[in-house]
Amino acid sequence: MTDNKQTNRLTGGQIDTSRSLKFSFDGKNYAGHPGDTLASALLANNVRLMGRSFKYHRPRGVLTAGSEEPNALVELRSGARQEPNTRATTAELFDGLEAKSQNRFPSLKFDAMAINDRFSHFLTAGFYYKTFMWPAAFWEKLYEPIIRKAAGLGSLSLQEDPDEYDKGFLHCDLLIIGGGPSGLAAALRSGRAGAQVILADEDFVFGGRLNAETYEIGDQSGQAWIAAAIAELEAMPNVRCMARTSVLGAFDHGIYSAVERVSDHLAVPPKGKPRQILWRIYSKRALVCAGAIERPIAFENNDRPGIMLASAMRAYANRWAVTAAPRVAVFTNNDDGHRTAVDLLAKGVKVTAVIDTRADAPRIADCELLAGAQVIDTAGRLGLNYVKIQQADGSERTIECGALGVSGGWNPNVHMTCHQRGRPVWNDAIAAFVPGDTGTPGMSVAGAAQGDFSTAAALQTGSDQAAAALHDLGIDAPAIDLPQAEDTPVNLQPFWYVKHGKGRAWLDQQNDVTVKDVKLAHQENFRSVEHLKRYTTLGMATDQGKTSNMGGLAIMAELAGKSIPEVGTTMFRPPYTPVPMGTMGGRARGKHFHPVRETPSHKYSTENNATFVEVGNWLRAQWFTKPGETHWRETVDREVNAVRGSVGVCDVTTLGKIDIQGTDAAQFLNKVYANAFAKLAVGKTRYGLMLREDGIAMDDGTTARLAEDQFVMTTTTANAVNVYRHLEFVRQCLFPDMDVQLISTTEAWAQYAVAGPNSRKLLQKIVDPEFDISNEGFEFMACREITVCGGLRARLFRISFSGELAYEIAVPTRYGDALFRKIMEAGQEFDVVPYGTEALGVMRIEKGHAAGNELNGTTTALNLGMGRMVSKKKDSIGSTLSEREGLNQPDALMLVGFKPVNNADKVTAGGHLMTKGTPKDAEHDQGYITSAAFSPSLNSSIGLGFLKDGGNRLGEVMILTTPLTGADVEVEVVSAHFVDPEGERLRA
Amino acid sequence: MIINHPLLGPRDAQEFTFLGDASLIDRPDWEAENAAEQFYEYAYLRDNPAGLHRELWFHETGDRSWLVVTRNTLTHEITDVEMASDVARSKGRSK
Repeated sequence: MTDNKQTNRLTGGQIDTSRSLKFSFDGKNYAGHPGDTLASALLANNVRLMGRSFKYHRPRGVLTAGSEEPNALVELRSGARQEPNTRATTAELFDGLEAKSQNRFPSLKFDAMAINDRFSHFLTAGFYYKTFMWPAAFWEKLYEPIIRKAAGLGSLSLQEDPDEYDKGFLHCDLLIIGGGPSGLAAALRSGRAGAQVILADEDFVFGGRLNAETYEIGDQSGQAWIAAAIAELEAMPNVRCMARTSVLGAFDHGIYSAVERVSDHLAVPPKGKPRQILWRIYSKRALVCAGAIERPIAFENNDRPGIMLASAMRAYANRWAVTAAPRVAVFTNNDDGHRTAVDLLAKGVKVTAVIDTRADAPRIADCELLAGAQVIDTAGRLGLNYVKIQQADGSERTIECGALGVSGGWNPNVHMTCHQRGRPVWNDAIAAFVPGDTGTPGMSVAGAAQGDFSTAAALQTGSDQAAAALHDLGIDAPAIDLPQAEDTPVNLQPFWYVKHGKGRAWLDQQNDVTVKDVKLAHQENFRSVEHLKRYTTLGMATDQGKTSNMGGLAIMAELAGKSIPEVGTTMFRPPYTPVPMGTMGGRARGKHFHPVRETPSHKYSTENNATFVEVGNWLRAQWFTKPGETHWRETVDREVNAVRGSVGVCDVTTLGKIDIQGTDAAQFLNKVYANAFAKLAVGKTRYGLMLREDGIAMDDGTTARLAEDQFVMTTTTANAVNVYRHLEFVRQCLFPDMDVQLISTTEAWAQYAVAGPNSRKLLQKIVDPEFDISNEGFEFMACREITVCGGLRARLFRISFSGELAYEIAVPTRYGDALFRKIMEAGQEFDVVPYGTEALGVMRIEKGHAAGNELNGTTTALNLGMGRMVSKKKDSIGSTLSEREGLNQPDALMLVGFKPVNNADKVTAGGHLMTKGTPKDAEHDQGYITSAAFSPSLNSSIGLGFLKDGGNRLGEVMILTTPLTGADVEVEVVSAHFVDPEGERLRA
Repeated sequence: MIINHPLLGPRDAQEFTFLGDASLIDRPDWEAENAAEQFYEYAYLRDNPAGLHRELWFHETGDRSWLVVTRNTLTHEITDVEMASDVARSKGRSK
């Protein structure tokens, strides 16, 4: 049932009263009109109470009519689309909108946690810091969950977001931030001059403050002028008008970020449309036309629903034809506040009084004026009923009103001008900070954002600043005719807070920070504005103190006996308004977080029941389960035994491949590898160890010499990108005149390891007969360009990672799938198996080959047992520093193997090695296990690891301790080469 | 940030990988008498100026050029961009 009584609806406004939109708030049904926000529609339905405060759970209503709103945060929608902490003041009403209040239990009108309000003298600034200090162990398990539950805002749906989000890129000559009078004038002038212009405004209509005022522009209404301006701009191909688009931040070199709310005003995004788009805007110049934000005055109990900024009260009346209550009053320290009374009177609302702090306040509105008076208290449990006034003569008086408009003056919206460390400067005439040196090349400011508050000044400065910015770019923008507009001077007497009374006067309603809290912070010596902010939480959370910071600064200045500019402001940082995580993520969500690289045998592997493992972006087959196998170990053991018994094939395409060509290619390799390469013969392959300049091992792999001036280097899968980058650094930055060229060919060649005693017999069926690959014709470590399958060009390398007779064969990637299948077919008579990375890893551990676990960024050639490989006869990267004393101690860690003494025990990677009988602590640590596996060849768990002076400790029984699990195992130190230590198999 | 590549014009810094101080070009002579000391300084000691800093950027998703970018660390203003190979040659590096 719809309670369609919009009792507070006035006439006029920019809403379409011919249509009704149904919506619900906390389960109750209401109606509003197109053009409404959730806040304006709720006020129209006489709902002032919209939320509970963060800490004390006090009843709160709207303070503002814009994105600076601290109070009216609601949950929108339900189910997977439920969205917490949305400002009711910016949420566009649509038919069927569901909204819920937050931070209350069991209901908004009766909130049990409001008990906090009674204990407010305990919950002052720094309460958490003081109370939850100890015991430290209580923090994670007890304090934090309780605090989070009590002080939360909205709640998450915990369901997958069904909507899509996009990212986009835009370029322009001039980015205009804000589409009020200054922004529109700037857009008209620069658009007519032919410049590429982007005009962005966070609101769903352009016009900014003009929509909330009754001003005429020239001889037409403000709204008519806006409509004409937008119509003209939208017809220009060089101008892009972006409504519902908040510019979030100013970054280096003219780059701005912005979020466009494409579908937030619809129940569900249209098919194919994203919910929001995060734009990256590359601008040559930017003009900030972000307007100004009114600031409140603090007084006792100034947070009751119905008390709002005077500008908001006026906006609700003029733009949305709504008053928060039938009887209102205004509390101001400046002339502008009086206009609220004027406009509401004109709409037929009863204005009981204008209370002005100035003794000489002018009479502007046709209602009672209380000059030199102050609001000292208010009453009304869930909404304002009356205000208590202290009059100029000291007498007190009560005035009945359901809403109070408060104006403490206006703050230029300097946010965007401070993102690049710009600091605002104080302007006494308006008692506010205005942009100083923005520190942002290419940025200028116009209109109210610059402190020029009148409409005429906004139009003029917008037009002038646009022309100046374009002039910089060599674009001449002729003057445009600007219409006549209001040019009222600012008339204000700074007034920040009412000193009367002992109750609480709220500065920051979002964080429940009072005048007293600021005083307490000062008393406890948190006096810098940045300390004040952290200690009291003033200016934090979703509104970032847009309505509260100035009040806090003014009070701190007063207490410190300083001027406000001396106290200064806190930093302004992007984003200007909150951005959903989904928008930040864009399309990079779930499996789309990074691209997936599939190997050439991926399709075959999928068809053959492979389990895949992510290796960086690569998906590699980890093992291939056969029917009847119930455990992965069963599968891996079978694969290992099949390779060692006959033959297997494994996709090793993921290893980095770098083609190195040029007359100085050999000399270049001599520089980047620690061991010698210059004399490697054509047709041969060599293992190479690459060091970092600090002498630590960086990567290893084999490099084949295909011709006098051509090598093919392989790198580990993980380091392919880093090694390539490093090689280019060596080539371009260290040896720029070497004749050498590099290109990554990782994805150009499909490469397979064919390993096992029958590997040669299998390959002989595939390699074209004119190529002799017999043991004599193609010996261990040989390489050659060959053809296979009747003429397909290929490369063959006789290298082995498994320790068996083995080859790696490479063909252009597009033939990779076919070759894999061909090998499987040709190998049928040998019972060939495909094997995955797990079997590959087991076999390399059995063979004692180092891999990523051993090349872990802390180990040297010496540690790896390759100390003698580092040539001292030549200069190579890392050779000098590898000789440092500290890296060459007699008891240096050495790579050795480990076997459990009791065959049933397990060697665990990550475990540490202790000499028997010594305490198990870091001081007595002898080394650690890097790799471990079950070896089907030895029928035992085995491991590789680094042990102090390991080479001289073979046979010693040690304690392998794993404090994480508490397991202690006796292990014997053995050679790292568990299988075929003499290397006879791979030379067979 | 936008880096004005000497060959390709203005490119977004996202296309680049940062390495650090351009003094990494000045790799010492391994046969110098105090080579160990020189390499220690080369590998470990860096200036950290508040102001102009010459640094190495790699155009990883672009043309794979190493560039020497002169950047003001206080403002991020980029005042000069050179090919690292040109800088290396100008410092006498060759083969």
